[in-house]
Amino acid sequence: MSNQPGGGSKMEAKLNDQAYTSVAMKRYPFKEKHKLFFMAFPFLVLVFIFSYLPLYGWIYAFYDYRPGIPLSQTEFVGLQWFTSLVSNPYQMEEVLRVLRNTFAISALGILTSVLPVIFAIFLMEIKNNSFKRIVQTLTTLPNFISWVLVYSFAFMLFSVDNGLLNNLLMSMGLIEQPLNILGSDNHTWLSMTLWGVWKGLGWGAILYIAAITGIDPELYEAARVDGASRFRLMWHVTVPGIMPTFFVLLILGIAGFINNGFEQYFVFSNAMNMSHIEVLDLYVYNVGVVNNNFGFATAISILKSIVSLVLLFAANSLSKLVRGEGVI
Amino acid sequence: MGKNNRITIFDVVNYTLFALFTLACFFPFYYLFINTISSNDLSSRGLVMFYPQEIHFSNYIQVFKIPGLSQATLVSFGRTVIGTVLTVAASGFLGYLFSKPTMWGRKFWYRFLITTMYFNAGLIPWFLVMLKLGLINNFLAYVVPGIVSPFFIILVKTFVESTPISLQESAQLEGAGNLTIFWKIVMPLITPILATIAIFTAIGQWNSFQDTLFLVTDSNLFTLQFILYRYFNGATSLATLMQSGASENLANIQTATSIRTTVSMVVVIPILLVYPFFQRYFVKGIMIGAVKG
Repeated sequence: MSNQPGGGSKMEAKLNDQAYTSVAMKRYPFKEKHKLFFMAFPFLVLVFIFSYLPLYGWIYAFYDYRPGIPLSQTEFVGLQWFTSLVSNPYQMEEVLRVLRNTFAISALGILTSVLPVIFAIFLMEIKNNSFKRIVQTLTTLPNFISWVLVYSFAFMLFSVDNGLLNNLLMSMGLIEQPLNILGSDNHTWLSMTLWGVWKGLGWGAILYIAAITGIDPELYEAARVDGASRFRLMWHVTVPGIMPTFFVLLILGIAGFINNGFEQYFVFSNAMNMSHIEVLDLYVYNVGVVNNNFGFATAISILKSIVSLVLLFAANSLSKLVRGEGVI
Repeated sequence: MGKNNRITIFDVVNYTLFALFTLACFFPFYYLFINTISSNDLSSRGLVMFYPQEIHFSNYIQVFKIPGLSQATLVSFGRTVIGTVLTVAASGFLGYLFSKPTMWGRKFWYRFLITTMYFNAGLIPWFLVMLKLGLINNFLAYVVPGIVSPFFIILVKTFVESTPISLQESAQLEGAGNLTIFWKIVMPLITPILATIAIFTAIGQWNSFQDTLFLVTDSNLFTLQFILYRYFNGATSLATLMQSGASENLANIQTATSIRTTVSMVVVIPILLVYPFFQRYFVKGIMIGAVKG
């Protein structure tokens, strides 16, 4: 990245050079601060290009833009894409469906966010250390694989075409016809949540395990002297000890309520389950990339950005109110 | 911790539940593996369920004869190595620079950087910028946008600030410039956090799928993840691929299942290989997701 000295004489020359400039800097301290800035400058340009420049593209939401035609030759449509959300009954129905999916999956995600807490508390009750280590190692592993690979697992285990589950059930005579689990729209929200739990539970518990380890052992000792049972210890010492951590993560979960991601829903989506799996990010992709409606896709993105910022600030204020400290 | 060493019903239930969930997490990996080394014929009929049958390893040789697969492996490795080096170097350097209170406009530029974590212009505006920059069907699109990562810079900055400033000061008195101080003094101190960043960037790069989906149509730039996705999606006709790998043994002729499982295994093996070494970075790593600006 930065041109580091290779060593040897080049290095010495550089050192001398820097010694010289550093003496100069003491005399003119303003140069030092500019130098630091100029070293960061190329990276700040990258930040500008990849994060701020796309904001300019929001103007596409006000045009009837189609890829290939320059913007100057494109009709300016004002707020048409925004108003069509409410005025066009078909579009409104679509967006409401997508919002319903987004909210349902996020709500299930927030409900299941207590599972890592339970996982961590009960794991600490396991006294056999090697068992504990094996559990931790193997349950964290799924967090590090891609959703494409998760889909590959899902395909092998649940495919209608010689998937493990179907073959097992058929060989036991429990079903006659293989079940098309991946290609059905039954319980889509729930199955997406369960895959999320499978992938993230062990990983999510790590922060709570760290929090539990940080609880003062004297608290347990004191409670035990007072005659507290194992469950009372969990409830009255461990749970309060990890509540702050849980609260912060809950707040972050609320802040990210409409950002439930893309990849998982994209790889699991198919013609059958699209009506229930299509969350906002997937919808923007389908509208913009698949159907080439850049204007409407951008309009949705703008609204989504605004709502997420509002949620973020609301969550932040809530956090300040409850624990006297924000999350951003 | 307890004087009470009796095994209660709670213990039995607790151990059983953990054992079951652990099995559920691990079994897919095992199931995948036994299917790649079993008879391709049995495997494609779903008859390899709990243990390998008629073990052979030819799939792992055959699979790289599939057109495009070696290239995809190269692209995946390339982006992982280059992307990780760039991101780690930039995160270390910027974290160090932003730890300097003397930097011109530090507060403003730090906000400028951190704010980008909280908004997103959206897919289409981002795509059009990438298009204008010539980053469609360009390897640089895999590594350049991720160079500056606010999360990682916060981590390094916090870490540098926790190291004794006297070390930097004495080096400065000796006449060392910023780059020398960064390289000779700060770098050795922040190695643990850089290792954490390296691991998480490398895994992120290896697993990355969306950028190929959005930005790449040139099959020479496809990654393993993308190719694997296409095998499930039906975009690639597995039937034509199968003919490409002739096998000495009829039972082990390439099937759709053998290609899918073996490519999946090729995708998962690097993760499994590095996994034991980075477990100790977990706690630091998860802070990445819950870090505070």
